[in-house]
Amino acid sequence: MHELPQTLVNGLTLGALYGLIAIGYTMVYGIVQLINFAHGEIFMIGGFGALTIYIWLPSGTALSLALPLMLIGGVIASVAIATAAERFAYRPLRGGPRLAPLITAIGLSIALQQAVWAFYPDAKKPRSFPQFEGSSFEIFSNLQIQRGDAFLLIAAPLCMLALGLFVSKSRAGRAMQATAQDPDTAKLMGINTDRIIVMAFAIGGAFAAVAALSHGLKYGQINFEMGFIAGLKAFTAAVLGGIGNIYGAMLGGVVLGIVEALAIKYIQDIPGMDQLGGGAWKDVWAFTLLIVVLLVRPQGLLGERVADRA
Amino acid sequence: MRHRSLLIMTTAITAGALTLSACGSRDNKDDSGGKDSKTTVVIGVDAPLTGSLSALGQGIKNSVDLAAKIANKNNEVDGVTFKVKSFDDQAVPSSGKQNATSMVDDEEILGAVGPLNSGVAQSMQGVFDRADLAQVSPANTNPALSQGDDWASGKKSRPFKTYFRTATTDIIQGRFAAQYYYKDAKKRKVFVIDDKQAYGNGLATIFAQEFKRLGGKVVGRDHLTVKETDFSGISNKVKSSGADSVYFGGQYPEGGLLSDQVKQAGAQVPIMGGDGIYDPAFIKASGTSNDGDLATSVGYPVEQLDSAKTFVKNYGDQHYKDPYAAYGGYSYDAGWAIIQAVKAVVEDNDGKLPDDARAKVTEALGKVSFDGVTGKVSFDQYGDTTNKQLTVYKVTKGAWKSVKSETFKD
Repeated sequence: MHELPQTLVNGLTLGALYGLIAIGYTMVYGIVQLINFAHGEIFMIGGFGALTIYIWLPSGTALSLALPLMLIGGVIASVAIATAAERFAYRPLRGGPRLAPLITAIGLSIALQQAVWAFYPDAKKPRSFPQFEGSSFEIFSNLQIQRGDAFLLIAAPLCMLALGLFVSKSRAGRAMQATAQDPDTAKLMGINTDRIIVMAFAIGGAFAAVAALSHGLKYGQINFEMGFIAGLKAFTAAVLGGIGNIYGAMLGGVVLGIVEALAIKYIQDIPGMDQLGGGAWKDVWAFTLLIVVLLVRPQGLLGERVADRA
Repeated sequence: MRHRSLLIMTTAITAGALTLSACGSRDNKDDSGGKDSKTTVVIGVDAPLTGSLSALGQGIKNSVDLAAKIANKNNEVDGVTFKVKSFDDQAVPSSGKQNATSMVDDEEILGAVGPLNSGVAQSMQGVFDRADLAQVSPANTNPALSQGDDWASGKKSRPFKTYFRTATTDIIQGRFAAQYYYKDAKKRKVFVIDDKQAYGNGLATIFAQEFKRLGGKVVGRDHLTVKETDFSGISNKVKSSGADSVYFGGQYPEGGLLSDQVKQAGAQVPIMGGDGIYDPAFIKASGTSNDGDLATSVGYPVEQLDSAKTFVKNYGDQHYKDPYAAYGGYSYDAGWAIIQAVKAVVEDNDGKLPDDARAKVTEALGKVSFDGVTGKVSFDQYGDTTNKQLTVYKVTKGAWKSVKSETFKD
């Protein structure tokens, strides 16, 4: 059990990353019942936005100084693309058949990926991302936290706290809850639902940008394809935690990350299971968990039972 | 009404963006205007021109293009103009198969160069074989492609008569790597990781066998998934296993990240891999240089061969957008082998292409022999290159430096 703490921390950081991206899926789904499959690409574009700012800054700028600017750059890029996607790709199809925006989302995802591949300089290979200087923090002899991970572990709870306060306390947040419950009634009460929907996309985009910046700092590189797997895992996390519930998205992400980390490390130590462990099988175990959770709680870990609206 | 016009606009923009990206990725250039008196022979190129391996794929495409241009300039084959037509397989086997079918349908294509990935090659071989269309891969290293599925038990038989390659097989590369680790670097406990692909898994298995045969110990074996970025779980296992070295069968995008994360986990051990990680992008995967990591690659270093210098110069003169990358030399040689085979066929047939040109070219390919960019180019009875020169490269101060070059002996 000597390596258990390290394994859990690895799982926690990975899970927090999934959770930050999952917020975007869950917010949008909660309000317009749309699975925004282009969200993985919005995450990726956030990373490139942050990198662009870093390149623009005079070389030699300390990362700690550049970081807030990079965060702003990433957020601007992600939010711009997310709201533009809402305005031009999803809103015209609202009220149409359910499948139409879904297919649009997939198309948009491919288009965004290829656009970065084709037009961002040197994006055909992974672009390296600035990293913190210095060694990792040693908490105990058997537990180290990388500097890049530390950023993620601080940023994720702060973002969740801010989002929780915003949704429950602010006027716009309460309007958002009302729209999620019943868009038509909310409209009758004088809520501009179009604005609320744009806001949901924008918040999702901003969280994706924070995730992308963390991803860059953690792994030291970003590439035009990174949205695909990250998006898929985050979507899984959102479903696991109960899609539509923001705390569920974060919880689902963390559970998913920890299960993956434990599966890599420990499954093959169980007698008779050495063929079914390791990195090759971690996704199998993660999805087995998802199936089991959905069998017992079809609404996900924290999901609420909602009557299916027409 | 406004609503509808917006919908139309969105559709138009999305469609436009998709078309644009498709154009960008698949520019099938027609650059040499054929004269009426000349026959046009097209060399098909199949490589990943988009996706994470596109840097390698673009290098392959450009190098074959260069071979065709040089052949046209020197009038290498009298009365024949060479053209190149490229196909994007995105490193996906099913796309490779589609491309192979398109090439077979195009009667001007007399030979194909590619693909990059062994897994893609498996899907293409049958299509080419049925059409008698010769295929020369500059990069496939999986032994089964040329020596049959039972090569490991010693029962070698060539499954497809149309398949040739200028790259050496994993048998040689994996064993060469094991010998270097055991004999030169004095490593005794290795942790073996692969990416579950035909190339990576095959290479890692051969390496592990040879390492054990030499007397070393394989202290752990694990697999990772292509396109993922988090390998912290595997890295921790490397650390706790007490391994003094890691061997990775796979490509540079995962290899570079794996190396960083193994070191971050606290295991200060080198990672060695095959030609799949021999790429500048491996070093720069995450900003910090992975000094001490190793890679084997086929052939001698470009700086040590005069023929290669000419290639590098000619490539530079063309001002291609992407560098020739790891397989440029082999791709040029693969293209040149097809050109030489066409030359032999045309000369045998009074300066004209025969009706069964494809079958004749395939036959002639087995007999070509010339001094290419990567050394002597010729093929053995399985279609494998007879060139068994290999080099070990080491990351030194942020660049690959050759540390040992040798002709492999059993």
